[in-house]
Amino acid sequence: MPITITMPALSPTMEEGAVKKWLVKEGDKIVAGQIIAEIETDKATMEYEAADDGSIGKLLVPEGDTPVKVNAPIAIMLEEGEDAGALSGYAPVSVIAHPAPAHAPAAPAMSKPMPSAALKASHQPTPRMPEVATKGRVFASPLARRLAMQGGVELGQISGSGPHGRIIQRDVDAAIASGITGVKKAPPPAAISEIPAGEYETIPHTAMRKTIARRLTESKSTIPHFYLTIECDLDALLSLRRELNDVAPKAQDGAPEYKLSVNDFIIRASALSLHKVPEANASWTDTAMLHHKHADVGVAVAIDGGLITPIIWRAETKGMAQISNEMRDLAARARLRKLMPEEYQGGTFSISNLGMMGIKEFSAVINPPHSMILAVGVGEQRPVVVKGALAIATRMSCTLSCDHRVVDGALGARFFEVFKAYIENPLSMLV
Amino acid sequence: MAENSYDVAVIGSGPGGYVAAIRAAQLGLSVAIIERDQLGGVCLNWGCIPTKALLRSAEVFHLAQHLNAFGLAADNVRFDAAKIVKRSRDVATRLNGGVKHLLKKNKVTVIEGVAMLAGKGKIIVTANGKAQEVAAKNIILATGARARQMPGLETDGKLVWSYREAMVPAAIPKSLLVVGSGAIGIEFASFYRTMGAEVTVVEVLDRVLPVEDAEISALARKVFEKQGMKIHTAASVTGLMRGADSVAAKIDLGGGKTETLNVARVIMAVGIVGNVENLGLEAAGVKIDKNHVAVNEWCETGVPGIYAIGDLAGPPWLAHKASHEGVIVAERIAGVKGLYPLQKQNIPGCTYCMPQVASVGLTEAAAKAAGHEVRVGRFPFAGNGKAIALGDTEGLVKTVFDSKTGELLGAHMIGAEVTELIQGYCVAKSLETTEAELMHTIFPHPTLSEMMHESVLDAYGRVIHF
Repeated sequence: MPITITMPALSPTMEEGAVKKWLVKEGDKIVAGQIIAEIETDKATMEYEAADDGSIGKLLVPEGDTPVKVNAPIAIMLEEGEDAGALSGYAPVSVIAHPAPAHAPAAPAMSKPMPSAALKASHQPTPRMPEVATKGRVFASPLARRLAMQGGVELGQISGSGPHGRIIQRDVDAAIASGITGVKKAPPPAAISEIPAGEYETIPHTAMRKTIARRLTESKSTIPHFYLTIECDLDALLSLRRELNDVAPKAQDGAPEYKLSVNDFIIRASALSLHKVPEANASWTDTAMLHHKHADVGVAVAIDGGLITPIIWRAETKGMAQISNEMRDLAARARLRKLMPEEYQGGTFSISNLGMMGIKEFSAVINPPHSMILAVGVGEQRPVVVKGALAIATRMSCTLSCDHRVVDGALGARFFEVFKAYIENPLSMLV
Repeated sequence: MAENSYDVAVIGSGPGGYVAAIRAAQLGLSVAIIERDQLGGVCLNWGCIPTKALLRSAEVFHLAQHLNAFGLAADNVRFDAAKIVKRSRDVATRLNGGVKHLLKKNKVTVIEGVAMLAGKGKIIVTANGKAQEVAAKNIILATGARARQMPGLETDGKLVWSYREAMVPAAIPKSLLVVGSGAIGIEFASFYRTMGAEVTVVEVLDRVLPVEDAEISALARKVFEKQGMKIHTAASVTGLMRGADSVAAKIDLGGGKTETLNVARVIMAVGIVGNVENLGLEAAGVKIDKNHVAVNEWCETGVPGIYAIGDLAGPPWLAHKASHEGVIVAERIAGVKGLYPLQKQNIPGCTYCMPQVASVGLTEAAAKAAGHEVRVGRFPFAGNGKAIALGDTEGLVKTVFDSKTGELLGAHMIGAEVTELIQGYCVAKSLETTEAELMHTIFPHPTLSEMMHESVLDAYGRVIHF
């Protein structure tokens, strides 16, 4: 009996994906573990392995950017010994397979790791039970459905408070009242109608662009941001960096074993500061404050078509060389869009550094569930006043965006004070 | 744990208390229930159930008097009031035994006596002059309510009755004044009228069954008057002169008109008041608001560990409301997840007069007052095959929808068996169906329930049989 292969949920937040490339064609024999497609998710392109032996009966979606909902059929596989005749009369079934994460997420607010084993579990193991197909639907009362439709709210964005999580009237009412749920029939931006057709090119949103738009809109509209800015003296850090890089041991191929960047120091300084001011290493949830036990520091990396924030987990426990090498590897793989979801989902804090682009200072949008993000500007020679006289120093402006629900002004300032001390006395970071 | 120490102690064993106790026990809590009188409370012993037994006798008597209409004949149809009352008492006794059995089966400790709060987590129970202390982490107050007394119109148990005496008459009085036309007043009026008494009903508001939809009230009045009941609305009884075996009632008919009515007996049915006295509520810090214990939507009194449910916690004064609150409180104490408070608009109300009245949700007027644009559907019993076959062609099914969302806002019914039919709309409301699902539902033919379908269709201009 044919087996439906469905769009896998490669991360907990993934709602749809596109088959970037089919690596098999109809009629091909496949074996378990063989990579049959490259799937583009909201953040990365991932390989999709076959879970069973058999052959490809039919490919149901084209290669390219066509978004396919998670659990919707993408191909039909024939079992060993079956031929294409088995396809006639077989209707592909949608499934919902929620593979349990192999280990619990670090904190309830952040859905982090996604075991790669989930890939294998994501096609329907027993296609003989079509009732499984119904599990993919959103449970909502008829009235809730109608209210959502009239209110322009996507039911998928609402969590249900009725029996067994069913979405009921008051959930939709609350969603509409809060005004933050994905409004489906939002009018096109006014600017568009003012620009005559033909004067612009329409670029369809990529999955990543949609995720960025959704997450940052949610952040800016639900998190009360405020901003703190300081200047740090960089001269000591720059000279320490030079010294350390000069004495880096060489590996067998002659390359140094590490090459520290200013950003690596900023990661370490942030991690140590979070460790020292634990109240600032926290996340807001509706019911309670989560104080994180480790400093998991995300670093924004610009990539083609957007950005991604890979995370140095438990950065407070890692030395400069390890941070530097991990960061280099993460950034390289991020640009190739080869990061695994557990490498970029979650974290407790993030850094956005536009110093290398010459930006003097800026403020960044908090990346939930974080409560702070550090925006780092360029390190440059500036005129400063030292003991009543003008002098030249290398200075860097840093702006901290804080979630006021979690971090009050004085707490943010305390964090920044510790951070500044590390940056300006960089040896203290090494002990 | 001490012998007399429980997770939950329930004071009062009516339909609120005993259901709360059983639910708490089901959830693995140790439970005691304290009752000063009879298990099952007023509902089961002196309210809902025994009156249904009386009304059943009246209904059968009514049919027997109209046998001719069904092609039957019997001579000399009579009744024996004592036997009717005995049957009613037997029914109550049987159910009282049932509650006892259920509590035992669920390992709920029954403590007989009068309870009084005595400090945090403590209750003193007094019986036969002896007091014992019961400790409980959670206390559910479910002491119910009693008939409201009006100054000058107090019940005396002989000439001026409360529901209690009205339920066990030695004989059917020749004439009767019923003061108050809520469910209790109307049920007794209907019973006694059917049994042959001259019945007059006085209601202070401008219509009978004033909580019901105005159209239903009007139809009910019309039918009652056709049955020979006298009804004065927007009127009040200003005094009762009690004689040896009769009462002269002074009635203010409004507009400066008064009337003196001589009746054999008077039934007072002017609402109820919560049993808030002698419970130690004030000392415990439990707030009382107009004869009822003040609670939030979770039946919490504001004093940690003390809850109040049912009639004691305020209207609507309905057994099923009390039971539902009991379940919610028990589950909340046990830490059950995903609970939400009882939704008042989903509580049905039933009156077992002839014809019966049942409703759930908003009346048409209330829906409009709440800002809804409404669509109203109506279907009369006269258009229903089963109703005609039963010989019950008097009645109406009325539905009220929000015209924008299709939400079923309310359903109002009068006629034969509507108290059994209303649950269909309750399920619909609870599941939040719109008119579409109700229209798609296949109702069996031939039944009275088809009228429920037709009423929905009528609201959308699609009625078939009328």
